[in-house]
Formats: sequence, C-alpha cells, structure tokens
Amino acid sequence: MLEVTGLSKSFGGLTAVNNVDLNVEQGRIISLIGPNGAGKTTLFAMVAGFLKPNGGTILFEGQDIIGLKPHRICEMGMVRTFQVTQPFAKLTTLENIMVGAYCRTARRDLAEAKAREVAQQVGMTAALDQDADSLTVAGRKRLELARALATAPRLLLLDEVMAGLNPIEIDEIVAVIKKIRDSGVTIFLIEHVMKAVMNLSDYAYVLNDGVRIAAGTPAEIANDPQVIEAYLGHGAAKLMQGGGAANA
Amino acid sequence: MKSAMSRNGFLCLAGLLLALGLPQIIASNFIIDVLTLILFSAFLGQSWNILGGYAGQFSFGGVVFFGTGAYASSILLETFGIDPWIGIFAAIAAGGVMGLFIGFISFRYGLRGSYFALITLAFAEFFRIIANSVEFTGGGVGIFIDYEPSLARLQFQDTAGYYYLALLMTVISLLIAWWLERSRFGASLIAIRENEDAAEALGVNAFRCKMYAICIAGAMGGAGGTFYAQKFLYLDPPIAYGISTSVEMLLVTIVGGLGTVFGPLVGSFVLHGINEIARHYLEAPGLSLIVYGLILVIIVGFLPNGLIGLFKRKAKKAPGAKNA
Repeated sequence: MLEVTGLSKSFGGLTAVNNVDLNVEQGRIISLIGPNGAGKTTLFAMVAGFLKPNGGTILFEGQDIIGLKPHRICEMGMVRTFQVTQPFAKLTTLENIMVGAYCRTARRDLAEAKAREVAQQVGMTAALDQDADSLTVAGRKRLELARALATAPRLLLLDEVMAGLNPIEIDEIVAVIKKIRDSGVTIFLIEHVMKAVMNLSDYAYVLNDGVRIAAGTPAEIANDPQVIEAYLGHGAAKLMQGGGAANA
Repeated sequence: MKSAMSRNGFLCLAGLLLALGLPQIIASNFIIDVLTLILFSAFLGQSWNILGGYAGQFSFGGVVFFGTGAYASSILLETFGIDPWIGIFAAIAAGGVMGLFIGFISFRYGLRGSYFALITLAFAEFFRIIANSVEFTGGGVGIFIDYEPSLARLQFQDTAGYYYLALLMTVISLLIAWWLERSRFGASLIAIRENEDAAEALGVNAFRCKMYAICIAGAMGGAGGTFYAQKFLYLDPPIAYGISTSVEMLLVTIVGGLGTVFGPLVGSFVLHGINEIARHYLEAPGLSLIVYGLILVIIVGFLPNGLIGLFKRKAKKAPGAKNA
C-alpha cells in the first residue's frame, strides 16, 4: 500500500533520515519505533507531504506522491495525525471533526453525520459540544484520531497518539485502534509505548539516527541486539546475553 | 435548537423591518446620514472580516480593494460615460481581480501573519502613489463626479436613497457571512485560521481557499468603492488608498467580534455612535478623539472576542442555553 525506498532528508549538515526503505501492507498495523531524534516524525512528515525529501521514492497505492501537497495526499486516502496535537482551539469537538469530514462531502448535514459517527467510534460523543481547547490531553489525542478518521482514509498515520496518556487511557485507545484496523483501515504508527507496540503491531521498523536498523515482528525486534543497543547503550546487548547465559 | 434558530430569525427580520422603516420615522437627515455611514462602514468591515476574521489573514491594506473599485466605476463614469449601476459590477470585478493578484503574490509564497499584514499595507501605499502619478486617475487633483441624481447613477436626492442602498449592501454582506458559517468553504477558512498545517493535513487546500476569500473580500470592497464615490462625488488617492479606511475596516470588526456574522455591524454602530456622541457633547477640540481612543483601548484590552463575544459568553452561562 505504501512503499518507501531510499528515502533521505537532511537539514543543513544533519541527516535526519538516511536511505530508509519500508513497506506498509494493506490491512495491517505497522509500527515505526526508535529513540528520540531517530527521524520518525520527519519520515512521517515526508510521507504525508509536509516535507520534501532530498532523495528516494514514496509510492502510495502504486502512485508516486513526492511533491504532492498534504491536502492532495489526504484526498487520495492517506492522512496523518500530529505528535503535538493541533486542535482548532476555538471550535467545538464536533466542528473540529467536521473539518475532516468535509474532505469527502460538501454537504453540512452529511459532514455532521459522519463526524458524529466517528466520535462514536473513538468514544468522544460526550465531548462533542465542548471547545477543543478545554479537552484533556487524552481528549486531544482522541480528537486528532477522530479528525483524521473523518477524512475516510485507507491509510492512517498515527504519530504518538498514546504519549502522555495513563495506562487505562492507553488500553482504551489500543482497543479503538484495533477496531479501526478491523474496519478495513491500514495503520502505520509511531509509538514509544512498547506495551502498545507489542500488543498492536503486525510488523515493526526501527529507526536510529535516521537509519533503519531493524525490521520484523515485535518479538523479533525485541531480541535484536542492535535495537537493544540503540535503546540501552553500547554493550547492553552483550550484557543481556551474558546475563541470559549465566541464568541458563 | 429549532426554537433558538427561529427566534434568531425573528430578531433578524424585526431588525430588518425596523431598518427599512427608520427613514419614515426619523425626520432628521443628519441621523439618517450617520446611519448610512454606519451601515457602509459595517459593509467594508465585513469585507475585511471574511479575510481577516474568518480566514485569519489580517490585512492592513483592506482599502486597496475599496480604492480600486471606486476608481474603476468613477473612471468609467467620468471618462466613458458608463452609468455606475453597470460600473459597480466593473468595480466588483476590479476588486476581485485585485484580490486575486495580491492573494497570489502573498499566499503563493506562504506569507502569513504580520508579513501578510505588511505586504497588504505596502500594496495600498503602492497604489496610492500610482494613483497620484498617472493621468487617468486624475492624479493628485482627483476625480470630481457630476451630481445628476438618478437610480442608474446610484445618486439620490434625499439621504434616504443612500441609506437604502447602504442597507441593501449591508444585508447582502451579512448574508454572505451567514452562508460562509454554514458552508464547507467557511469551515475550511476557519480551520485555516485556527491551524493551517492541521487544516492541510485534513484535506483543506489552504492556498485555494485563501484565494477565494481574498477574491470575495476584494469584490465586496470594490462595490463599497462605487458607493462611496457616488455618495461623496469626489475621489483622490488619499481617500481611495489611505490607511485610515484600512484601520477603520479592521477596527469595527475587532471591536464587534472577529469571525462573526454581526461583528462588523455591531462594531460599526458602537464606534461611530461613540464618535458622534463624543463629538456632539464634548466642546474642547480633540477631546472626543481621546474618549474614542480610551473606549477603544478598553474594548480591545478586555474583550478579546469583541462585543459579540460578550453576548455569546452570557448565552453560554445562561442555564438551559447549552442546547442553543
């Protein structure tokens, strides 16, 4: 569904994303993980049309989308959420979601019906008439999700929708994401909450310093020495293996 | 919800009927004249409101559309003998094209916020200087418009004629804003105002929407220009492209309430009302301006959402108003 090959982006002397390949297949939940500053959000920004890559190709459903504006990519069926939530602060939750719904219809009544349906799906019905700037962190994350979902995407890019949530809220949103996947939407997500990544994803890619260092099922990744070192520091993998040997 | 809507509709209808009847009730030409200017100012404010209030693109040069329209119809009238009832459509077109021109140059290169405000200010000044130096605008001498009252010339013998024309234009501008609030286009503009990146991510073509908005604002400003020229029968570069009209356009909107249907009308009533009352009752020259300025500071300082925001806050607090 989404094929990224040789994607690179540098800002001045800093290479944020370096020659990354990845592939998101239809109907699955794919994760993108890595330490802070690994280039995950930059990669998302390029895929969604917010940044122009220095090199590489991005194919969405076989079509080259490099150079297309974000609104065009959204119309094609791929939409992103923002890691730092970007609500339309002075609008109500309903009006916020309706902006997304207007992507597929010009009619107010249809947009409103779609927005209410999506609110139901993500569990925001009670907050529909609330101003977006009075929502809690969890509420804003859900609103990001709801607005994106209202554009009726086939591929949903979720950038850390669980950051800052408590464990109960995370369990709730994990359930919501699974339901979205079951409704036929492919999901590509950036996440730091490992429990959620393990629980949700069919496949995961790991970025570190802009380079793809591993790819595989969550279980494979958790045991990959390079991944362990990226997260825990040089020599950590050896230590852990040593510990394992000692226990055996 | 239904009852609140019909109540608002009833209020609007009552207001319109009252406005229609006023010239029959009020004998004073002076008051009708002041009311005409209030309506006219509200109309220009609405032009600014569509771009500044709804789309969040603050311009300091809203006058540029007004001046372009005024020159368009006045030159057509005085040089080519074309009546302003046709000229006003030329003015609307000229204002709209001017909007597209400035919009393309500004939005194409992503100018936002204060940069957009500055470039619109620069355009207004640019055209003021151009109008001052070329032949067909009459240069610094300006254009004198002959007074031969007739509907085709949009000139009237009694003040009520101008009043009704201003009322018609204001009602149309209110309807445009009302339509905007209920349409996808309006929702897109508001989304752009609140967060352009998020709007783009959700499929809003920000560039195109802003172009439409500035084109509508320009067309409205152009129509306002024709009205002004036919009422005051004189046009020169400082009138057509002077900063004071730009400031007035944004002031009435900000005082009344940015991005609201009735904001410019309420703001225009309050500001012009204060101005006239202060001028009438305060003897010392300049004192009225001080009072005017003081009240302005208070409103802008303490009512960030304008006077309409004050009503809305009250409505939200009132019990049972939640469903409204």
